[in-house]
Amino acid sequence: MSQQVAVPESTREPILARTWRQPGGFWGWFQNVHHTAIGVRFMVTAFIFFLLGGVLAAIMRWQLATPEHGVIGPDLYNQIFTVHGSTMIFLFAVPMMFQGFGVYLVPLICGTRNIAFPRLNAFSYYVYLVGGLLLWAGLLLRTGADAGWFAYVPLSGPEFTPGKRSDFWAQMITFTEVSALGVAVSIATTILRYRAPGMTLNRMPLILWEKLVISMAVIFAMPAVMVVSYMLLMDRTINTQFFNPAVGGDVLLYQHLFWFFGHPEVYIIFLPGTAIASTVIPVFCRRHIFGYVPIVTSVVATGILGFGVWVHHMFATGLPQMSESFFTAATLMIVIPTAVQFYCWMATIWHGRLQLMLPMLWMFGFFFVFLIGGLSGVMLASVPLNWQVHDTFFVVAHFHYVLIGGALFPMFAGLYFWIPKITGRMMNTLLGKVHFWLFFAGFNITFFTMHFLGLRGMPRRVYTYGPEMHWEGLNLLASSGVLLMATGVIVFIVNFFHSKSRGRLAGPNPWGAGSLEWAVSSPPPAYNFLELPTVNGREPLWDALPNQPVVTGLRDDIPEVLVTNSLDSEPQHRDELPPASIWPFLAAIAVSVAFIWSIFSPWGVAYGAIPVAATLLGWLWPRGHSPSPRVPEEV
Amino acid sequence: MKQAGERPVLDVSGLPSVAFGRSNTSWLGNVFYMLIEGTMFALLFASYFYLRTRSSSWPPFQSPPYAVYGIANALLFAFSLIPARLAQRVAPSGDRQKIRLALLGLGAFAVANLVLRGFELTSLNCRWYENAYGSILWSLVGLHTGHLITELVETMSLAGVSFTRSMEGTRLADVAINSDYWYFVVVTAFLMDVIVYGTTRFL
Amino acid sequence: MTLARLHSGLALLAQFTGEHNSLHPAGPQASGIEWLYWVVFWITFAAFVLVVAGFTRAAVRNRSSTSEMLPLVRDLEGDRRASWAVGTAVFITVLTLFAVLFMSIITGKKVEGLTSKNPVTIQITGHQWWWEAVYPNTQADQTITTANEIHVPVGKPVVILTNSADVIHSFWAPSVHGKRDLLPGYSSAFWIQIDKPGTYAGRCAEFCGLQHAHMGFSIVAEDQDTFQRWEAQQLKPAVEPNSSETVRGRQVFLTHACVMCHTIRGTDAGSRMGPDLTHVGSRRMIAAETLPNTPGALAAWIIDPQRSKPGNKMAPNLLNPGDLGALVTYLGTLQ
Repeated sequence: MSQQVAVPESTREPILARTWRQPGGFWGWFQNVHHTAIGVRFMVTAFIFFLLGGVLAAIMRWQLATPEHGVIGPDLYNQIFTVHGSTMIFLFAVPMMFQGFGVYLVPLICGTRNIAFPRLNAFSYYVYLVGGLLLWAGLLLRTGADAGWFAYVPLSGPEFTPGKRSDFWAQMITFTEVSALGVAVSIATTILRYRAPGMTLNRMPLILWEKLVISMAVIFAMPAVMVVSYMLLMDRTINTQFFNPAVGGDVLLYQHLFWFFGHPEVYIIFLPGTAIASTVIPVFCRRHIFGYVPIVTSVVATGILGFGVWVHHMFATGLPQMSESFFTAATLMIVIPTAVQFYCWMATIWHGRLQLMLPMLWMFGFFFVFLIGGLSGVMLASVPLNWQVHDTFFVVAHFHYVLIGGALFPMFAGLYFWIPKITGRMMNTLLGKVHFWLFFAGFNITFFTMHFLGLRGMPRRVYTYGPEMHWEGLNLLASSGVLLMATGVIVFIVNFFHSKSRGRLAGPNPWGAGSLEWAVSSPPPAYNFLELPTVNGREPLWDALPNQPVVTGLRDDIPEVLVTNSLDSEPQHRDELPPASIWPFLAAIAVSVAFIWSIFSPWGVAYGAIPVAATLLGWLWPRGHSPSPRVPEEV
Repeated sequence: MKQAGERPVLDVSGLPSVAFGRSNTSWLGNVFYMLIEGTMFALLFASYFYLRTRSSSWPPFQSPPYAVYGIANALLFAFSLIPARLAQRVAPSGDRQKIRLALLGLGAFAVANLVLRGFELTSLNCRWYENAYGSILWSLVGLHTGHLITELVETMSLAGVSFTRSMEGTRLADVAINSDYWYFVVVTAFLMDVIVYGTTRFL
Repeated sequence: MTLARLHSGLALLAQFTGEHNSLHPAGPQASGIEWLYWVVFWITFAAFVLVVAGFTRAAVRNRSSTSEMLPLVRDLEGDRRASWAVGTAVFITVLTLFAVLFMSIITGKKVEGLTSKNPVTIQITGHQWWWEAVYPNTQADQTITTANEIHVPVGKPVVILTNSADVIHSFWAPSVHGKRDLLPGYSSAFWIQIDKPGTYAGRCAEFCGLQHAHMGFSIVAEDQDTFQRWEAQQLKPAVEPNSSETVRGRQVFLTHACVMCHTIRGTDAGSRMGPDLTHVGSRRMIAAETLPNTPGALAAWIIDPQRSKPGNKMAPNLLNPGDLGALVTYLGTLQ
């Protein structure tokens, strides 16, 4: 690797554009494998599911606004809260915060031209979409899942939920987890192999650290929910007896497996929020983040500790006191890394030069809301307090503070921050502020009130309540906040469409930010970077030398990326990525047919495997050879 | 990036376009998938021992699985490591004939393993619908059999490719990675055997 | 505002119907938890105020209202001071968490530490969607079986044994104790004690299907004499009908679907699918605390139980008005 003087590059641009071009048109849409397109699809689809889940929430609040309200009956109510929870967790929060932002941003921030395993990544989008449609088709056909987003046995089992309701839910889980796992593998590989030269682990932007930790959490947590939803499905379709106490089955086994996934899931949803925080705050404080190393340590610690606290969802089951105390301690311990991050952000703002622009405004909303959620989490970690407030509206309030605080507020911060990159145009500031204050006020009205309802004895998941309970005033107040939140979201949508066509042009770097996605035009070209960058610091654009080198020598006529090693991002070899292809879509269809068939007959797995194998063969079968035969070398 | 006439560059044109071993991206992807599936096996093992605590006798009022086919299959799995290792060793040479032979050998072992697995399934001495013990036992064997079938299909596909000139470049690396995956299948087979044939007798 | 006034204000906000509130304890368990609640509340409140103050101070300190892109700042001296501040804050956080852990564990021990010889023992079995309560006794004829209305003596420790007949339920009377799940295949035990006479409402707290919302119960705490009188009354077989109307009522009961699910001790009706009705007339509420036990409500319930509690397991009964009246009168006499 010698240092030479670059030749003028302007002639390369059309060649690169042709090499990386994704097919257009209707069929082209199904062949696209570029990460920016797939990332935007994840975000748009997840946002639509967010709106749908929000509509369900509004229906529930309407029903609960007054005692004995007859808007909907118990059967529909149970379906609605089940689909609301499942949608928000599996179809919105993870696909938006992890897959959407991750797929779009990670390759750009790494300084490379596409994500690793782009076809797997595209496949993951389609299976996610089918999984979401499956759950909602169930609801619209009035056979929606109705045993809660957690689907505890035996209620969700064959005896107490006959029909296909729980099966829709269980297979939706399989779809979304296959999707999340595929994306986790792609993202983790991208981060470990495709980072720009010079972006050593010690200089890796915090958002990449967090995406890496989340990917690992996905890899170790999602198998648990796949295992447990398959056990449930098999109990329901082929009469296995995992959860039947009469013949040695056990209902708590379900809870252990579910929460072994379920609690890391909370961090899978929340860590992307902190990733956005650690990215946005330095930009609007005009300084590097304070406490890079403590923050990285905290993120890694959170990812690991997240696997040690699942039993705190089961304190009321009457487990031995020793083990409960252990899990209280573990749960309180996980507060520490989050507190460290909070203090580091505070120090960054303190010793920076704050500019309260839209993304930063949402960050302050995040601090406030998530703080309350975290503190009520401290209460819930205590076993005796948990006995009182578990499964009440106090918990509903708590986890909405955590999840909306930890994911939705950062999500809006992230959207206001990166939409200029995605669309090339700035969002309107005034509408953004209106959105913020409406949503912030509505959110706190709705959910702060629920703490009191919980303490006053209102259990979760009730479709109605009697006037003798004296819960009506607080419930009406809680329901009223929904109007403000909904108006806020509508303002956001209006702002988006308005800005998309008429907003001020953003240019490559409207915020003066330091990470690599801001080095390219907005929206990024098909090949992302004309010249792959090299990196000299944690904020590549801020820390770049006046004559920071660029990478040359990658072929322009085939889609090639540079592979570097995990630790020091030293260049290792060049890797050719596969071109656009219809096969991921066809494979997703084949997999969907097999999964959905298996709901109705166990043979669906056997027969369905044949088209799956066929499409995977088509996917992986080599077409032609490289223009010049490649010489294998041991590296 | 701004166009700069005097800009220093990092020229990577001399780097190889295929890598074997750990720096290969597919190798890393394969490791991640082995972690995912390994976690599934681990969780099923954990569920097995958890369910054990919920029954007074084990296996509950029935005989443990008949072990002869299982032991035979374990031996076969052990010997199958030879073609797997061979494929991994000849892959970097690009010698299609040797690769083909090694892959077909591995495929033959996989078929034999699968046939013996069929006999294993007939001699578990329990049914998946009888009790939780039967359910978890069949799930373990079933999950592993699924891996075996997947690996057989993958090996035969690569063997098919090795008859064409496409067996070059990254495909050679894929052959080596396929062997890694086979090792994973063999290791999980041994662990599963310990559970299915060992713990049902001594627990 | 002083701390005490704020405290009472908050207690007022989390206000109270008298019998159904975690913050209005009626016995040592709930009051132990209430004490812990307020301790942890004030700790977290202090943490909240400090963190919000910190962020506010940080935000106003160097805020710049320009939307121009400002140059980057580098403040090594500030970072050094921030390291100390962050370190101190983390240290205080850890200490506080230890304090919470310590208090949580001692409260847990205190709440669970209640014991007594020869306590009143109640076996609670959760059903979709009602509570079966049995006061077991070694002699079968000394065993009380009732539903949804649990009587306990004031000031005495009581053991609750739990079980479920179908799905998971959770037994929760907020003024008495935290909740305990009723798991099929598991039985567990916990202690409660109520020191103030009165009626305390409870509900199922684990989602259990269609009528999870209408799965209430009540605990009646009364002095020892009243409790013993109640016990003696409950041990008797059902009151014999003493008028033509009540004889007809019993006849209706025994010749219709009622006997498929319900028990009236002293008659041929002996099924345990639904609540034991031997002393149904003595209970304040019917249908797991859904309706008051008045003749009108009872009649409406018998005719169409699906109206007020859709999805529950009791089928509608097409009785003619005369039969219905007789049945309701008869059930009312079962004191």
